[in-house]
Amino acid sequence: MNPPLPSRRRALAGGLGALAAAGTLGPFAAGCSAPAASASGAARLRFWHLFSGGDGVNLAKMLDAFGADHPDIDLEAVTLQWGAPYYTKLGMAGVGGRAPELAALHLARLPGFGPGTLLDPFDLDLLAEHGVTEKDFPPDIWRRGRVGGKQYAIPLDTHPMVLYFQTEICEKAGLLKDGKLAPIRGAEEFTEVLRRVKQATGRPALVTETLGAESVGGWRLFSTFYSQTGGKVLSADGKRLVIDDAKALRVLEWMASMTAEGLWVRRVDALGAVGVFNLGKTGFLLGGEWEVTTFKTNKVPFSMTRIPDLFGRPTAQADCHSFVLPHQDDRGGAPNEAAHTLVAWMLKHSVDWAAGGHVPAYLPVLDDPAYLKLDPQSEYRSVLEDVELDAPAWFNGSASRMWIELGDVFSGVLTGSRTPRSALAEARERIRGFLDTPNPLPGAAS
Amino acid sequence: MTAVSPTAAPAPRADLPAGGAAGAAARPAGVRRKWTEHGLVFVTPFLLIYALFLLWPLVYGAGMSLTSQNITGTGAEFTGLDNYAEAVRDPAMWSSLWNTVWFTVLSTVPLVIIGLVLALLAHQLRVVQWLWRISWFAPFMLPSSVVCLLFAQMIFPSGFGFADQLLAEFGLEPGIGWLTDARYAMLSVVLTTVWWTVGFNFLLYLAALQSIPQHLYEAAELDGASAWKRLWHITLPMLRRTTGLVLVLQVLASLKIFDQVYLMTGGGPDDSTRPVLQYVYQQGFTGYRIGYASAVSYIFFALILLVSLVQPWLARRKEDSK
Repeated sequence: MNPPLPSRRRALAGGLGALAAAGTLGPFAAGCSAPAASASGAARLRFWHLFSGGDGVNLAKMLDAFGADHPDIDLEAVTLQWGAPYYTKLGMAGVGGRAPELAALHLARLPGFGPGTLLDPFDLDLLAEHGVTEKDFPPDIWRRGRVGGKQYAIPLDTHPMVLYFQTEICEKAGLLKDGKLAPIRGAEEFTEVLRRVKQATGRPALVTETLGAESVGGWRLFSTFYSQTGGKVLSADGKRLVIDDAKALRVLEWMASMTAEGLWVRRVDALGAVGVFNLGKTGFLLGGEWEVTTFKTNKVPFSMTRIPDLFGRPTAQADCHSFVLPHQDDRGGAPNEAAHTLVAWMLKHSVDWAAGGHVPAYLPVLDDPAYLKLDPQSEYRSVLEDVELDAPAWFNGSASRMWIELGDVFSGVLTGSRTPRSALAEARERIRGFLDTPNPLPGAAS
Repeated sequence: MTAVSPTAAPAPRADLPAGGAAGAAARPAGVRRKWTEHGLVFVTPFLLIYALFLLWPLVYGAGMSLTSQNITGTGAEFTGLDNYAEAVRDPAMWSSLWNTVWFTVLSTVPLVIIGLVLALLAHQLRVVQWLWRISWFAPFMLPSSVVCLLFAQMIFPSGFGFADQLLAEFGLEPGIGWLTDARYAMLSVVLTTVWWTVGFNFLLYLAALQSIPQHLYEAAELDGASAWKRLWHITLPMLRRTTGLVLVLQVLASLKIFDQVYLMTGGGPDDSTRPVLQYVYQQGFTGYRIGYASAVSYIFFALILLVSLVQPWLARRKEDSK
């Protein structure tokens, strides 16, 4: 008989269950029958993520289901605060030698997150054993997870900015056809629509995050509409500033006119914007699709659609949630396999994840009737072809320095404390500053 | 401390060995003990902690500011004064430093004056003095997060906050962006800070007031000095030292502004309230540039050092000129 092992960190458990393939069978384990889900006999899988709110609830359900399916894996999920603090912790965990087996990361953050030093690459053969391969993903998004020929991030979804509309108000303003928003083309037409809604309600027609602590709304709006003009902020390699002044000004002036005319609520932070729409005070909300759970829970009469094409292309700012393997000196064995198992399982079950509003990156799910039945979460799925991710640079991506700095600058345009011209000059100045600063983290792509 | 000059030389005591250090003039024993190893034993624990948690980080931080170290502690190359050169050219550094100084100016003046006025009031109002003391000092005992949430969520929200309601009562136009308009955000942070911390200065002044000898007032009253004259010629001059202390403590406390801004405005709108400590935090913990963040910290440290050295010097000059 073997004494029970005092330490769960011993990879002895690798010899159990589905993971016997590469497990290091210790001499003890021979002839030992697998105990049912005893913690000391299971592979330890620590998963760090930043999903709270509706996403957090969905994820918890999914992880419970995963746990029930995999008694041989001892899953410890840790929810951390979204944003800059999350990335600070994740970066430092790897250094302290106490990195989790698996973590969530925004795909656009990858170049600045030390792939190869802070992150370990995925074992694509192992994923293929679970039935997940490159051809199951949109090529552009899959490529964003590659650095130096290795795959460091596996995309789970893409989460674009979308347009929410309050069906009762829009009905009153005569904007609906069969419960759907009549197509809108061009900034002038959209402005006209907003004026009609304002006439109908006597209040601003649209709400969106215009300010706040570490506010990124300003950047998201600018990125959405500027990408619609066909302009780029950085060159494709993320090394040069290629902002087109005329196009950027056109967008910024339009944004400024929206709040100046009172068509958009002028001063409101992210939570406030959700609150205003939730109370049914405005016809529209420009925001991330992940607020859908809040409005469904509160029975708001609403639906969602892609952000209309106002400046020439129907693109929308987005980032993607992805999985990464934080660097461990002794990565391998059962815990690492468990991480790959969870990734594959999550992708195959991403219909449940899509309930939170995100568009699944795993293509087979997009044709799943269960996904198509999700209303309004599957309404805007075609945006997958038109998402605008930040150019690959170390200072880009969700909650990055650039988002926060430029979010502040463009917030000034919306609240009227800056002219579009001064905001553009300031944005150029700050991006130049980032470009002149070498990537502080080692081993990154650019 | 001035050296003790005994007016009457005490008789040398026979039971003690005369003089400690070789060649030292025979001091009146018992007045000054030489440094003994006993004393060293007693202060060692403190010195160790002091060295470990203050001196060593100071030196270590200074070292880091000369490198390109990132948050993971790797990739540190010696870059000499590059970080400092960059900081001096960095407009965001200067604007955040200015925000810190501006906040200090805006907050110190009312905090000292209101603290003094409240103390004078409490000192004069002999009835239910405990009530004044408790109610004016109580806010100081709240944690900053509670105070900031209270003001951000109940007092300052546009349209329905207490501040706007108050203006509406007076027939003024409500709907001011207390925390969301660059013209008012810093003032709102100052208001919050004054309400929260004025109790500390009030307490220092109250203690000082209570230590002014009563006979001075009695003598002045006999000479027919009015209450106003008594305040002007006795109370305020007697409080001069306390004012010096309150001023130094207040300036140093205000320079360290971080939490109120972080919790109430996040440094916004458009970076108009971002203090230098938040900029250090952003560069270091959001931007991963620990080396650069250290350099900015040391520039700020130099400023604080300057303030804490200049103030006593000014005070001395004032006293000497009298």
